[in-house]
Amino acid sequence: MTSRRQFIRISAIGAGVLATGAGSFQLLNAMASDEGLKKLKVDLKRTPTYCEVCFWKCAGWVYKNSEGKIWKIIGNDEDQNCNGRFCPRGTGGVGMYYDENRLKTPLIRVEERGKQVFREASWDEALGLIADKMKGIASKYGPESMALFTHGSGTAYYSTLFKAFGSATIAEPSYAQCRGPRDEAFTATFGEEVYSPEITDIRDTKCLVLIGSHIGENMHNGQVQEMSDAIDKGATIITVDPRYSTAAGKSKYWLPIKPATDMALLLSWIHEIIYSEYYDKKYVEKYCNGFAQLKEYVKPFTTDWAYGITTIKPDLIKKTAKEMADASPAVIVHPGRHVTWYGDDTQRLRAVAILNALLGSWGRRGGFYRPARFELASFKLPDFKEPSKTWQDAFPGKYPIASLPVSNALIDASIPENNPGFPVKGWMVSGTNLISTIPNTANTLKAIQNLDLLVAIDTMPMEITGWADVVLPECTYLERYDAIRTGPHRKPAIALRMPATETLYNTKSGYWIARELSKKLGLESYFPFEKQEELLDWQLKQSGTSLEEMQRLGVKVFERDADDLYFAEDENVEFSTDSGKIELYSTYLEGAGFDPLPKYTPHPEPSEGFYRLIYGRAPMHTFSRTANNPNLTDLMDENSVWINPKVAKEWGIKTDQYIWLKNQDNIVSSFPVKVRVTERIRWDSVYIVHGFGHAQKQMQRCFGRGVSDTQMITNVLVDPLMGGTGMRSNFVTFVTEKAGEEVAS
Amino acid sequence: MRYAMAVDTRKCVGCSDCVVACQTENNVPIGYCRDWVVEVIDGTYPQLEIEIRSERCNHCVNAPCVRCCPTGASHFAEGGIVLVAQNKCIGCGACIASCPYDARYPHPSGYVDKCTFCVHRIKNGMLPACVDVCPTKCLYFGDLDDPNSDVSVVLKKRKSKTLIPEAGTQPQLYFLI
Repeated sequence: MTSRRQFIRISAIGAGVLATGAGSFQLLNAMASDEGLKKLKVDLKRTPTYCEVCFWKCAGWVYKNSEGKIWKIIGNDEDQNCNGRFCPRGTGGVGMYYDENRLKTPLIRVEERGKQVFREASWDEALGLIADKMKGIASKYGPESMALFTHGSGTAYYSTLFKAFGSATIAEPSYAQCRGPRDEAFTATFGEEVYSPEITDIRDTKCLVLIGSHIGENMHNGQVQEMSDAIDKGATIITVDPRYSTAAGKSKYWLPIKPATDMALLLSWIHEIIYSEYYDKKYVEKYCNGFAQLKEYVKPFTTDWAYGITTIKPDLIKKTAKEMADASPAVIVHPGRHVTWYGDDTQRLRAVAILNALLGSWGRRGGFYRPARFELASFKLPDFKEPSKTWQDAFPGKYPIASLPVSNALIDASIPENNPGFPVKGWMVSGTNLISTIPNTANTLKAIQNLDLLVAIDTMPMEITGWADVVLPECTYLERYDAIRTGPHRKPAIALRMPATETLYNTKSGYWIARELSKKLGLESYFPFEKQEELLDWQLKQSGTSLEEMQRLGVKVFERDADDLYFAEDENVEFSTDSGKIELYSTYLEGAGFDPLPKYTPHPEPSEGFYRLIYGRAPMHTFSRTANNPNLTDLMDENSVWINPKVAKEWGIKTDQYIWLKNQDNIVSSFPVKVRVTERIRWDSVYIVHGFGHAQKQMQRCFGRGVSDTQMITNVLVDPLMGGTGMRSNFVTFVTEKAGEEVAS
Repeated sequence: MRYAMAVDTRKCVGCSDCVVACQTENNVPIGYCRDWVVEVIDGTYPQLEIEIRSERCNHCVNAPCVRCCPTGASHFAEGGIVLVAQNKCIGCGACIASCPYDARYPHPSGYVDKCTFCVHRIKNGMLPACVDVCPTKCLYFGDLDDPNSDVSVVLKKRKSKTLIPEAGTQPQLYFLI
């Protein structure tokens, strides 16, 4: 390969010409010659699935070649989440199956925690050990002292098991480390959250406003597709980001905001929209509460005021406010997804919700639609015991508006010095690598050392598995049934996942693991079906279809009960808020002791020689979980630190040079990271893609590649409303040499 | 018949789905690729422009790779698609050196490989895998001799450019700008 070919692969970053052999397929089709084409007619079997590489859960088909190996995975045309088009991660999902570094058999720790010395065990022994320890914790501390941390499809089964066990201590990091503030803010305002997939009607919008949301780099498939459709139709995109994101590059207006000042911009937009009388008067009058208070409150927040804080010129703030108004109600001020940034995130998202309300976009075409979900029959299980303690009893009075358990609070409750209301003594961690997910790794490790039991369930030897007492290897989504996917979306729909191929190694499905463990805990009555497909068939038959039909279709879309995707003209809408109206002024937050209207608070700024650490996504990876996937690693196998050319010149740092990052608390990154000098980032910030810098040697492709943002995030600003972990107040500087370590330059 | 592809640089987000879809569809070994993504940045912060392009073989009308191939392995197939007959290719690499777009790579099995416009699919009435998968629908494919084909329609409607036109290869990969 020539150097030019390597140059042009910067976007499809690769390590160069390495035929790793791992996962490489035998040539099936010699299609370059006409003779080869004739050989192509092979008998191809396809199996329905929905993807598990990210939370979007696109439905598709798995194709196998004539040798029975997985050939490709493509989207199901009927599926609303993907419209027949998978994203790179879904297309590369095959690598999750063929990754030779997968967990292969149950493991039991034999030396002290974290030393990673394990012995192989049978499922019977491993599950028996877990059950004994769980019973011990329950009798000594109460069943609530057993906590479940979970993400993905396994959640359904492990949650059932925990509830049957008597513990409601069940947390998903997708809440307090990601979208919690947005869901609470929208619930406080509209009485309803924005769900997943989000109910943003981007397809028909005339104006899409993205605040730090990097659609296109976050590959939330349907959203990316709809943004592209909107571009085709001439929609205006306004992007607010200190980084020239891909979306910024598609935008009519890019507002290169000073980081951490979004609230000031939002308040000045609200000011501008109210005082220029741009707001939807009829909508506000009919549906909203607290307009007068809001109007009075935002009076001082002029565009001139915001200019001094945000560095965005008043003229640009005014112009963009006018653009939104012109598009109203077909305008979306996007709620974002990963929004735990500065610790006042719920309030920032409240400002976003208020803007949408003023523009009349909620419930309107091109704004936010009303979702529909298929109501699948659920099999009647024995009642769950009422848990004697809920997670909130660990820290009474804290995070009063959190509607879901806060994972970081449960970690804090595992550390005795924090004097929790009850101690968390056991963790079951499924499909989430807490070491990379939860900021302040040192705190997480301290918590782990206080546990009586740590069980890690995963497909890969992630960092968390190294700290576990028992490691349970789950099979991938390509090898199993899972619960029927039920939406929400514009139309109610169901999707089936079934095994596309044989199960590799001594791995098991989430359903099987939960059921077998339930037997050892005497809770098998909560898992009455021996095989999950029997339950699925029962459920599907109750709903007028069957497993057999779904195996053929993969996806089934139903019509809505009523033509109510949007509010009808003058429809009387009852919102699920205290007042039954959209609450511009939140009586709910006021009652909980918080600001009823969002307030701008200045956030810490970097000191000289330090830069704000901004992190984000790459379209070919999901969190840290895909970092070792051979197909996706081939597209991007390390992250790089983006540095503005002016800053790089000052430091004498060049593109492709490897450096270490050091944060404000003197934490130096374990691994060096490649520099990318680029105009795409502000001079007061640096940017890295999340999910790299793995320290787990068993993951041979990603070990030591790039830097972990989580390791650099030690200053965590917790949202007092709902416990979200604000992670964008960390500052890093550069270390160009580290004693005893050499890197390629 | 004249097959061509157009890439909408305004819609492409550079996700590289085209790359991985091609790799799986065509069994391209890991570490190699027939298509790739290029990002070009212009300007100084905050006055910036970005162009993102999904690139591949340009299936040139005047293809230097076909002209320089000593064995006739590189050839034109129906619709002007440039193909390599693997059984005739000796892996000498002359075509790799001659291609101004760097579209070819030496396959570990000993022959030279590149984009085929998924000729095996288009013969069966399907679109190339990259076009079929693209989440942003930024890729358009079809027959330029057919005024109603996707690619003809979009090229008529939008401004476009080709890469390195001065090389005189008459490339058939167009970029909508």
